[in-house]
Amino acid sequence: MNTFLSAKNLKFSYINNMEEPPVKTEVLHGISLDIKKGEFVAVLGHNGSGKSTLAKCFNAINTADEGEVFSCGYDASKEENLLPIRQRVGMVFQNPDNQIVATIVEEDVAFALENMGVEPEEIRRRVDEALKTVDMYEYREHAPHKLSGGQKQRVAIAGIIAMKPECVLLDEPTAMLDPKGRAEVMKTVKMLNEEMGVTIVLITHYMDEAAQAERIVVVDSGNIVMDDVPKKIFSQVEKMKSLGLDVPQVTELIWGLRQEGYDLPEDIITEDECFEALLGLLKPDVKE
Amino acid sequence: MLKDITIGQFFPGHSIIHRLDPRVKLILTIAFIVMLFMAGSFYGLAVGMAFVLLSFALSGIPFRMMLKSLRPIMPILIFTAVLNIFFIKTGDVWFHWRFITITQNGVVSAVFIIIRIVGLIVGSSLLTYTTSPIQLTDAIERLFAPIKPLRRPVHDLAMMMTIALRFIPTLIEETDKIMAAQKARGADMESGNLVKKARALVPIFVPLIVSSFKRAMELALAMECRCYHGGEGRTRMKQMKTSLRDYASLALTAVFIAGVVFADKLGPKVF
Amino acid sequence: MAVIKCENLTYVYGEGTPFRKVAVDNVSLEIDEGELVGVIGHTGSGKSTLIQHFNGLLKPTSGSVCIDGERLWDDKKRLRDIRFKVGLVFQYPEYQLFEETVYKDIAFGPKNMGLDEEEIDRRIMETIRMVGLDKSLLEKSPFELSGGQKRRVAIAGVMAMEPKVLILDEPASGLDPKGRDMILGQIREYHKEKKNTVMLVSHSMEDVAKNATKILVMNKSKVFCYDETAAVFHRASELEQMGLSTPQITRVFNRLRAAGIPVEDDVYTVDYGKKLLLKMLRDDRI
Repeated sequence: MNTFLSAKNLKFSYINNMEEPPVKTEVLHGISLDIKKGEFVAVLGHNGSGKSTLAKCFNAINTADEGEVFSCGYDASKEENLLPIRQRVGMVFQNPDNQIVATIVEEDVAFALENMGVEPEEIRRRVDEALKTVDMYEYREHAPHKLSGGQKQRVAIAGIIAMKPECVLLDEPTAMLDPKGRAEVMKTVKMLNEEMGVTIVLITHYMDEAAQAERIVVVDSGNIVMDDVPKKIFSQVEKMKSLGLDVPQVTELIWGLRQEGYDLPEDIITEDECFEALLGLLKPDVKE
Repeated sequence: MLKDITIGQFFPGHSIIHRLDPRVKLILTIAFIVMLFMAGSFYGLAVGMAFVLLSFALSGIPFRMMLKSLRPIMPILIFTAVLNIFFIKTGDVWFHWRFITITQNGVVSAVFIIIRIVGLIVGSSLLTYTTSPIQLTDAIERLFAPIKPLRRPVHDLAMMMTIALRFIPTLIEETDKIMAAQKARGADMESGNLVKKARALVPIFVPLIVSSFKRAMELALAMECRCYHGGEGRTRMKQMKTSLRDYASLALTAVFIAGVVFADKLGPKVF
Repeated sequence: MAVIKCENLTYVYGEGTPFRKVAVDNVSLEIDEGELVGVIGHTGSGKSTLIQHFNGLLKPTSGSVCIDGERLWDDKKRLRDIRFKVGLVFQYPEYQLFEETVYKDIAFGPKNMGLDEEEIDRRIMETIRMVGLDKSLLEKSPFELSGGQKRRVAIAGVMAMEPKVLILDEPASGLDPKGRDMILGQIREYHKEKKNTVMLVSHSMEDVAKNATKILVMNKSKVFCYDETAAVFHRASELEQMGLSTPQITRVFNRLRAAGIPVEDDVYTVDYGKKLLLKMLRDDRI
């Protein structure tokens, strides 16, 4: 079995101690999910659906109330597995400002390795390598607060990949970035997956980003409601809209034409596919 | 406005002073302060000042930066001078009018103390000008590392310093943003008396505190995800190495300390 | 009459330092009353600096800004009053909330304007209806609300000042698709109902295309163009060269046109694209 992350009947609740008596709110209601090594999975769901909570169960930030979670073979409920799991399953967050610890780029990238007790020469080597991977090597001596959002986020990713994790969880890494920064981060994420074989779990609100994944998991009020390849997910336009989600514009257009009775493939999710399909539909008429 | 504040001003460079081991630099600065307080005569003081001026020249930091570091302490210098000149009444009287008496001893000790304070400020600014705040906290952490009971608190303190330095620019930027947002909602921060002005800060500070808490929580989470578990078993990427130049500078400083003692024997004692 | 008028507006950051940067370069612009203007341009194009001039948060290095016919900065005492005519909602406005209750927070702006209790109450009731907040939330602490609700409280706080011009900087950033559509829909409704000028600064061409009547494109500290939405999307290829992303739908139609299919060159929404294709397909079939 090459299952890398697995959850079985996972239940998780937040406890609000501010109230008297403490209020317990169940956020995940028995989730079962297997993610294979090397997969690129996008997780969709509206705010408050429980998708971040789920991701945090996989690197042992959250501990399941019920059910079991295994990350790269380690039982996430065991205290002694915390550090091995976190070295193998890295996590990148939304706000790049709030995950950079040091005042110099390269010292921040070194942070995790220093915590792990890696030898200084080895840290130096891995920091340089990680910075080159995310294309930030020339900024290694800069102060993080002077970088753009996309650059900061790539520094944060470098800080994670320096640990040489087998999996990276990204919790809306592009939500606070401009289009340029988003493109930079997505390019880096795809490269990690395709060239370095890192398993990617990407939480996002951007449908065009999700369309680049191999598989999409849709979470709604603490349950997995859809789990399939992007084409199959986005072709269900009405269901996606009812879940408060979107589909790519091209999918919506083709779906609209299909509703009017035109014979077009239902699984169009990229610009290229849409162009080809429309050309096929229109060109014969034009040629006459 | 707020962006103009620079904390722990550091001028990156590659001079011999910049390249000294930060731990050594810290020790040298302490040695220099000791030198200043050991000096009891103008001769001794001159040797001490020669030491700091030489170091300053070696650092390649523009001379005007030294003057700039003195500007904020001007009031203290003037206050000290006035105190000494008017309240020391021993020695030859140089000037007398009603209750004002200025004596030779008063003037001499005023000049002496001013030189001493100037030396103190120039010396410690040289340390912060040539050492990044991070190097400085690291140096403190490592100097204390051999003392076991102090290791943990010093590590925690150094970590806190690092994070504080990292977030100062972020929070300054955020303060500017919140101020602009509240001004856009008609907040009046300029007019009114002190009480009104203080109250006008509430719309700035509440959001700032709320967001700082949020940042702290998120940062803690991100640090945990990167395997942070305190100072135990931590290594560092940048090793601090003492080299020949560090030993040479320590030796030179020792010579200067001896010089202060020797020079003091030659000149008349002020203190 | 133009509600906002800038003449040769220039703003320079850090004059006399090595970090000198011309953020807004000789901009002349007239925005008429009642428009819903989309403002686009990538980070550093000068759009944020420009809008901060409209309510006097920044003082022009040279040139002038007139709001509703009155020149800003002529009389410093009038500045605050003129500022009330232009409401500015910053990005992530939920970070400015500070009062104990939602009600008090929305009332902060109107109170600063010196309005009486009755008028403030009327305005709060009206704005919470417009941003779709329930009355039961008014006595809650703003910090107890969800992210989307906080955002709407913050926007309501500026709307309640009833400015002649409402400027919103990335009002939908960080929200999920549903939250985004909701906020943008409410802004559109506000514009329709109040007939006031609204300026919507956004990185999302899709959002701007769907909502704006006119678009202002900033590039390299200058106005690249200010025109009707359709006319701006005519120049889609120039926008792409600038590094701005055009809507997916626009790109598909441009490729179709390049392939020799006679489609219009101003397609920027799915609905319009669909209508156009249907018309072509049906006409050809007959």
